[in-house]
Amino acid sequence: MADRIAIIASKGTLDMAYPPLIVATTAASMGIEAGIFFTFYGLDIINKKKYANLKVAPVGNPSMPVPVPNIIGMLPGMTAMASKMMKGMMAKEKVPTIPEFIAMCADLDVKLWPCQLTLDVMKIDIDDIVPEAEKTCGAGAFLDYAMEAKITLFI
Amino acid sequence: MSDAIDVQPDSVLDVKGLCCPMPVVKSKKAMDTIEVGQVLEIVGTDPGSKGDIPAWAKRAGHEFLGSKEDGDVFHFFVKKGK
Repeated sequence: MADRIAIIASKGTLDMAYPPLIVATTAASMGIEAGIFFTFYGLDIINKKKYANLKVAPVGNPSMPVPVPNIIGMLPGMTAMASKMMKGMMAKEKVPTIPEFIAMCADLDVKLWPCQLTLDVMKIDIDDIVPEAEKTCGAGAFLDYAMEAKITLFI
Repeated sequence: MSDAIDVQPDSVLDVKGLCCPMPVVKSKKAMDTIEVGQVLEIVGTDPGSKGDIPAWAKRAGHEFLGSKEDGDVFHFFVKKGK
């Protein structure tokens, strides 16, 4: 049986969207089967209405490249500004955008599963999920896939 | 890194200016276009590739022949294994 990595993506901020996509596309390139289960806020990464505009918030985030005091970070527009700045830094290093990564996942046969429970709870229309994604599933299907994986990550 | 490598590649992939994970992803796609036994030269500038490309080659079933550095530019030579 081929090597396999199973990833749960549970966060929908810009900074947390990249690691599962980078690891999965790299794994697939190395001949390792890769699948990502998108749950709760992580579902935004494969939501057509959101995935091009994921954000990073400066409030409560001491790791911003340019440190922003919380009292400034809470002002209107600061999250948008921080997100734009991070996207600019990514683009400068020629890091693909999130939509480009999703297309790459499809090209490399990385499996993308939307969590059915999240769709129900967050009232998200299945038509908003990218066409590259598989059918929705739940914890059972993910566990069945992950039981055969040598690496499992929760991000 | 071995410096004395002198291999004539069958194909050359330019990933200069690209960073993780693109050198590995593009190397995979480039490998798909050549025949088993042929050699791919990957030319890049990402220092992380010094670890990533040999690891990718091993896992993907290819043979990492070696590499050389030319200033800030790295050259990796990988023979297609399967």
